[in-house]
Amino acid sequence: MASEQPGFWARVQRASVERLHIRLESLVVLLALSTAMALLSPFFLSLSNFLNILLATSTIGVLAIAATFVIGSGGLDLSLGSVMGLAGVAGAFVAVTLGWPSVLAVIACILAGGIAGYINGQLVTRAFVPAFIVTLGMLGLARGLALVISKGRAIYGLPPEIVYIGQGRPFGIPMPVIIFVLTAIVAHAVLAYTRFGRHTLALGDSEGAARAAGIRVEHHRRIIYTLSGALAGLAGLLFTARVNAGDPTAGINYELTAITAAIIGGTNLFGGRASILGTMIGALIMGVLQNGLTLLAVQSYYQQMAIGAVLILAVFIDQYQVRKESRV
Amino acid sequence: MTLLSLRGIRKSFGAVDVLHGVDLSVAAGEVVGLVGDNGAGKSTLMKTITGIYRADTGSIEFDGKDILALDPGQRRRLGIEMIYQDLSLAKQQDVASNIFLGREPTKRLLGLFPGFVDKSEMDRQAARMIERLGAHLPSINRSVGSFSGGQQQTVAIARALTFNPKLVIMDEPTAALAVREVQSVLDLIRRLKSEGIAVILISHRLNDVLSVTDRIVVLRHGRADADLVTVNTNMNEVVSRIVGGGDTAAAAAHEQRG
Repeated sequence: MASEQPGFWARVQRASVERLHIRLESLVVLLALSTAMALLSPFFLSLSNFLNILLATSTIGVLAIAATFVIGSGGLDLSLGSVMGLAGVAGAFVAVTLGWPSVLAVIACILAGGIAGYINGQLVTRAFVPAFIVTLGMLGLARGLALVISKGRAIYGLPPEIVYIGQGRPFGIPMPVIIFVLTAIVAHAVLAYTRFGRHTLALGDSEGAARAAGIRVEHHRRIIYTLSGALAGLAGLLFTARVNAGDPTAGINYELTAITAAIIGGTNLFGGRASILGTMIGALIMGVLQNGLTLLAVQSYYQQMAIGAVLILAVFIDQYQVRKESRV
Repeated sequence: MTLLSLRGIRKSFGAVDVLHGVDLSVAAGEVVGLVGDNGAGKSTLMKTITGIYRADTGSIEFDGKDILALDPGQRRRLGIEMIYQDLSLAKQQDVASNIFLGREPTKRLLGLFPGFVDKSEMDRQAARMIERLGAHLPSINRSVGSFSGGQQQTVAIARALTFNPKLVIMDEPTAALAVREVQSVLDLIRRLKSEGIAVILISHRLNDVLSVTDRIVVLRHGRADADLVTVNTNMNEVVSRIVGGGDTAAAAAHEQRG
């Protein structure tokens, strides 16, 4: 059976999964991709380009954290990009159109996202509509609402405090990067080391086992969808603050990149296995890919195709490995 | 002393009535076999005891307390554990995570943030529990799904016993096991009894039921149709009560050969 001595590579792989909660392969891909880009473009290897990649990754990265929690729990949130757009418009509406204090605008972003997520959670757990359909519906609803609130045009002229959240550079580090990294650290600790995180993965692994263990399954799912929405709200805040506008078309197709980052990072598409650290590597892979393709002057249309192809490839490799491992 | 007492338990799913007023009592340290044909309502009855299902009417008392309104987590804390036929394990999680699922010991991170799982404590206790069961697992940090059926069952049993239960419900614990493993499960049931832990054993293997139980309750058409004292009954009578009378000598003889 499984009693033969595993090889060195297999043991390193296992240790990295058990101790660091990451799949080593994703780290190898990130390094290989970075090396390739460095060889292809003289601009790739520089501190400013590195910060550029992190800055470009910050919005997607926060969405990818949300995707990791939801997918890890056996759910799916396709509304991430739209909710992000709605949240940004809500914040800009409060700050500019209503002229309320910036603090309230920040709260409005998170709250708008959280409410959208809460509605997702309620519908998934009480109305028995599959998460795929609920969040696909929310994708349309949130986008439409963002267009209604903004009357279809971007809301410009945000107050300086909010612009600082997107463009400020304390110690030379962009604010969105700082917020993104802090969010990732907290999220990693929560998912890997707290009861909440463990219950999230157990739920995605086997809902029956979680229920039998006394975990309040529906309640937990509602919290996760609400959290996902709130994180999308935070992503909306970062984006809006960075471009200095509440753009109702912000975040279109971002869920595609965010889910891809989570899957590349080792999240099981069907739940039960996920780590934020892995997702961060996945998000960086997407960031490096987009940055590199831009430096190489590849048209953005092709970048879109690349992301789609990477998603399918990542799921294929993951499923291939799952099949290989279960064949004892 | 009565540990568990069910009275008039009814449960229906839409138009389908599964339980039509079941009465059942189990004393502390007693081993009760629950038998009945497929569809008699055994699993449904057990799930109303663990709280996965809520009984439509009737009363459930455990340890002198009315537990009808409690959820599965609260009933577990009172000492009701169940080992499910499908084991209900989270297969991608490791041994300790499964044993402690829903009851993880916590500590404060840096003495500040509460709710952090004390993984080393969990691993230590899990290893001790597995050892006490006399089982051998390849590694306690491996995902449970990579284990054999018998090893997975060990984890499910360890989960049921770690928190000092008063009542352990076992749903077909021997159905999928090798002969030697069946004996160790039956030995385990005897050991639980000697420690004063009550056991409800659901099984189609009547030989197993006759060899370890004190009483045998026959569930038929959603009712507790017969309540037999094991030492005063035999295979023939049990089979006859399960199928509802008639000439059952041939069926009983078949079961006897087991």
